Amino acid sequence: MNTLTDRLRPLTGHRLFWPALVLVVMILANTVYRPGFLAVEVKSGHLYGTPIDILRLSAPLILVALGMTLVIATGGIDLSVGSLCAISGAIACLHISEAADPNSPSTVLTALALAFGVALVLGAWNGVLVAVIGIQPIIATLILMVAGRGIAQLVTEGQIITINSEPYRAIGLGHFLTLPLAILIALAAALLVAAFTRRTALGLIVESVGGNAEASRLAGIRSRRIVFLVYVVSAACAAIAGFMVTANVSSADGNAAGLWIELDAILAVVIGGTSLAGGRFSLSGTVLGALIIQTLTTTVYAMNISPQTSLLFKAVVVIAVCLVQAPAFRARFRRRRRGVEPGPATPQREKEQVPA
Amino acid sequence: MRTRSTARTVIAVLTGVLLAGGMVACGNSDTGGDSGSGGSDKLVLGFSQVGAESGWRTANTTSIKEAAGQAGIELKFDDAQQKQENQIKAIRNFIQQKVDVIAFSPVVESGWDTVLKEAKDAKIPVILTDRAVDSADKSLYKTFLGSDFVKEGRLAGEWLVEQKKAATGPVNIVELQGTTGSAPANDRKKGFGEAIAANPNLKIVASQSGDFTRAGGKQVMEQFLKANPKIDVLFAHNDDMGLGALEAITAAGKVPGKDITIITVDAVKDGMQALADGKFNFIAECSPLLGPQLMDLAKKVKAGEEVPPRIETEETTFTQETAKEALPNRKY
Repeated sequence: MNTLTDRLRPLTGHRLFWPALVLVVMILANTVYRPGFLAVEVKSGHLYGTPIDILRLSAPLILVALGMTLVIATGGIDLSVGSLCAISGAIACLHISEAADPNSPSTVLTALALAFGVALVLGAWNGVLVAVIGIQPIIATLILMVAGRGIAQLVTEGQIITINSEPYRAIGLGHFLTLPLAILIALAAALLVAAFTRRTALGLIVESVGGNAEASRLAGIRSRRIVFLVYVVSAACAAIAGFMVTANVSSADGNAAGLWIELDAILAVVIGGTSLAGGRFSLSGTVLGALIIQTLTTTVYAMNISPQTSLLFKAVVVIAVCLVQAPAFRARFRRRRRGVEPGPATPQREKEQVPA
Repeated sequence: MRTRSTARTVIAVLTGVLLAGGMVACGNSDTGGDSGSGGSDKLVLGFSQVGAESGWRTANTTSIKEAAGQAGIELKFDDAQQKQENQIKAIRNFIQQKVDVIAFSPVVESGWDTVLKEAKDAKIPVILTDRAVDSADKSLYKTFLGSDFVKEGRLAGEWLVEQKKAATGPVNIVELQGTTGSAPANDRKKGFGEAIAANPNLKIVASQSGDFTRAGGKQVMEQFLKANPKIDVLFAHNDDMGLGALEAITAAGKVPGKDITIITVDAVKDGMQALADGKFNFIAECSPLLGPQLMDLAKKVKAGEEVPPRIETEETTFTQETAKEALPNRKY
């Protein structure tokens, strides 16, 4: 027994072990409920199945959560990402709907550039409020969270703009190498951010600013510039997520697009093991967190859990995830069950009670 | 230091402008024009709208705004953005501003007693539009003007029973519900369920909330299609969820309107287009154009006249053939 425990220790000690285990348990529970859950087939030239749906639908959340990870690593928070999704989607769809030829690539590219530009300006606005003026991040970004919905509705004039543009649709529903284009874009963004932060000193600088902004400044880091930058990056990620959300249904809904995605993104970051206090961050953890959240949503539909209880179900799972991840909770659990193997069996038991 | 303080001033002004812009966009501001409502003796109507979640809702808002203008009523319009707390706040604001009549479309059915009592104590008559509340005390509001959602669900169900009366085997139905807890979701589900009970072959195999949005309808339908190999009928509580589901059905390699019979409620323009194109099979109308009726009622309750406690908006149903005729004249 002891040797097994010792052998498992490096694995269970890994930062991403517990979130990954939760994801596996969730998929297992689904497979037990419906054996075809993981089935993937080829339909009209690309892969089709529930796992593919989860990947495609989690793409916007992964993007938003990536930006959020950097913001949170500096000790901040960005509540405006949901509204930014709505604004960027609305501007892009409006431009396409008013264009003479909605299917021409140049129209779509102009629309994307226009919306992306506006999002960068709004991200810079957040950055200035936080880094230059020194307003608390939660307040500074709350301004755009509330006002941004209004801006999005102003752009769409309160209507749902329906568009008919194949190139734009591809952002949300297209396929490349039989995989959804959306998830490839999200993963490319994740790799890009990872390369910038982990292959250069940038990540370390972000972490040091989050750990102690003043000490970093005294050590020669331009803290403000870094803080400003992460809000712009977060806005850029939100803009692309907004394109995906609107392209998925070929329509821009100023009211519903990206609604509450900021909360899901914060949750994804936390599940991924990044502390809300700032400092160390984990990009792979965030991606995993986003996948967990989307899998949870899909589970509700796949298991046909009644809408009245689905919120409670989600809450219970999220609480379970956060608990198994907390070292203090695990330590307490282990002490109580001294002599019993503290392997992965414990959280699994806990999780399996949930669907019932 | 000096440039710093200038920068602060500029940013403070910009923040103000941005916030103000947001407020106008949210529709919180008065559309009546003159802010001094005490000056004129126009009837003042405070109206709190659910939000702008669909084309239907926007047509409803437009109808109310236009009818107010034509009837010479000063309208104070508020958009609650799907939140009950916003709506309660708006109603309290209306009470403080001493408007003549309050009208609102409740986001959800329950939890209105306190604020309605406050309106009653302030002697301001309340008219419910489009959605009902479940308050036991019916004296809290004058009347409820709106569609009969149970009837809409029943009409949809009866049409299906008629279509499938020759069916010998089981007919599998999936249902896309509206926002959980909202009156149209509860009532349409109830009416539909009652109607299809006439034929034991008709069975609802899965039912989930798509939140009345296209994205929601699509995401839920994708899973329905994977979890249930044989789906014969889709009943969506509004057109938008049905439109979202269309894409999911096509992606699954099925033909909407043929492989899967699609029934929805509302009859907004995009939905009617889908019906005329043969992608939908039946729509029970839920008309949003209740503005003129609301203005009449507002004048009547202000004058102290008795009004019936329940007034229905005029509605019909559409099949693929009648949709083709009606489509060119569809305003919303």
